[in-house]
Amino acid sequence: MTLLEVRGLSKSFGGLRAVDDVHFAVETGSIVGIIGPNGAGKTTCFNLVSRALPVTSGRILFDGQDVTALQAHQVARRGLARTFQSTTLFTEASVLDNVMVGYRQRTSAGVWDALLRSRRLAREEQDAQEAGRGILATVGLADLADRTAGSLTQEQQKRLAIAVALVAGPRLLLLDEPSAGINAEQTRDLIALIESIAAGGVTVLLIEHQMQVVMHLCQRIMVLDYGRKIAEGTPDEIRRDPAVLEAYLGHT
Amino acid sequence: MTPPRLSRAMPVALLAVAAVLPLFFPNEYYLQILTQGYIFAISACGLNVILGLAGQLSLAHAGFFGIGAYTLALLGTKAGVPFWAGLPAGVALSAAMGYGIGSICLRSRGHYFAIFTMAVGLIIHLVIQKWESLTHGHVGVIGVPGPGAIGPVTFDSSAARSYLALGFLALTITAIARLMDSPVGRTLMAVRENEALASAVGLDAMAAKRLAFTISAALAGLAGGLFAGSIGFLGPESSNVEMTFNTLLYVMVGGIGSLTGPVAGTFIVYGLSQVLAVLQQFQMVFFGVALVLLILFMPTGLAGVWRSARAGWGGRVVQRP
Repeated sequence: MTLLEVRGLSKSFGGLRAVDDVHFAVETGSIVGIIGPNGAGKTTCFNLVSRALPVTSGRILFDGQDVTALQAHQVARRGLARTFQSTTLFTEASVLDNVMVGYRQRTSAGVWDALLRSRRLAREEQDAQEAGRGILATVGLADLADRTAGSLTQEQQKRLAIAVALVAGPRLLLLDEPSAGINAEQTRDLIALIESIAAGGVTVLLIEHQMQVVMHLCQRIMVLDYGRKIAEGTPDEIRRDPAVLEAYLGHT
Repeated sequence: MTPPRLSRAMPVALLAVAAVLPLFFPNEYYLQILTQGYIFAISACGLNVILGLAGQLSLAHAGFFGIGAYTLALLGTKAGVPFWAGLPAGVALSAAMGYGIGSICLRSRGHYFAIFTMAVGLIIHLVIQKWESLTHGHVGVIGVPGPGAIGPVTFDSSAARSYLALGFLALTITAIARLMDSPVGRTLMAVRENEALASAVGLDAMAAKRLAFTISAALAGLAGGLFAGSIGFLGPESSNVEMTFNTLLYVMVGGIGSLTGPVAGTFIVYGLSQVLAVLQQFQMVFFGVALVLLILFMPTGLAGVWRSARAGWGGRVVQRP
């Protein structure tokens, strides 16, 4: 079954065609990687799919429904979560508050519930706390719940960003360079974490520069270069693909 | 987030001090100043909702103050509507205008939002000032109905009116405290700190900011209505840009985003302005210099100084063997 399908996706910034007529599909339950040289349009592609940027042309179908015209928060509520390339958190807030913000989309208490301290608010706060502490335990940050997010190490912040994206129980998780800026041992832990997330039933689409991460994790890989998709296939196929070798190594 | 116990003790202590304050100066004039201080503090708390909680600098604030004030004043003088009906009408109209205007203004961001709202505030002020057939322009509205008795409780004395204003201020602070300590407050924090991430986790940033703007306008309208009702006279200067900047000064001195900071800021700045009233317009020279120094040396206001002082004490205690 196809969870995400992108048809003829294009994005122009003035004269620059950052994403050019890209087609791809992500099957439910798979881990798919997007690789490509710097400036290939990978993050732009993520920003289009997560609706952070308006598309120039093309369609995005999530779970069979056209979400091209939706706003970022609407597509997030349908179960499409993402992280950002530069680790993005609410740095002044506590670690627990960060994940509770991530859970907010699942709750409905509004301003009157807050003013009147309604029973619904109390119940939802408890749900959010439980979900928050649960996800913090999953990513290994349970002991740091009361620290401010900004006081965590870079690697802890990366795990927290994943927790914030995961806490509401998305069906598709977009990870933008999850291994950037962490060491080899931490990368192994990260690979294990992503595998356990996928084993939990979350489909994963990730942008990654470290080849061993992509080759190890992904069932399918697609390669972007100058905004175009130049190859797609299994890790083995991608390794041997002449167009990929040329894009990475240049003409020889 | 600040620990709830300490942030709750602060307003309770202030309330206790405020409750006995009128006993020490039963002079009518000082009681009126005190009442106006409470009213401006409500307005400052309102500005703090959009500025401190949602992170958007609105300069239309006095416009909403004027809408609340003129709604009560005109309904009272032209249609004989009593204070207790005019006040909620003013709050409702301010909130409705805030919702509508916010829906448009909040499409712009940062400096553009500030400039946009300043223009909106100016337009509201000009409408009030120039629509003479309705508002009597510069002459103002005379004979605005004051708060009538509720059962056996009357508000005819200045002391009673100061307690009434204090009651509304306490309600305002309680309401904002509950908002801050709720998912609604957390949503506003998220939108303020990082709108892209807030949207990515499914929060409707526009709706959150519009809610904050509406609450902010409603509180400005409440303050405006109380202001008009407590003085009995209303002129167009209640809605001018200077009024907005005064309120902004209260919030900045007290500490943007803190619960009780804006109240403390109001009392310090408004109190000083009464003491310095002999200087007339030259007092703005004093406040101008004070504002520059404030931004340079304590940008987080009194609340920020208080927080870091407390953290300092905490740190020393920990270091002791």
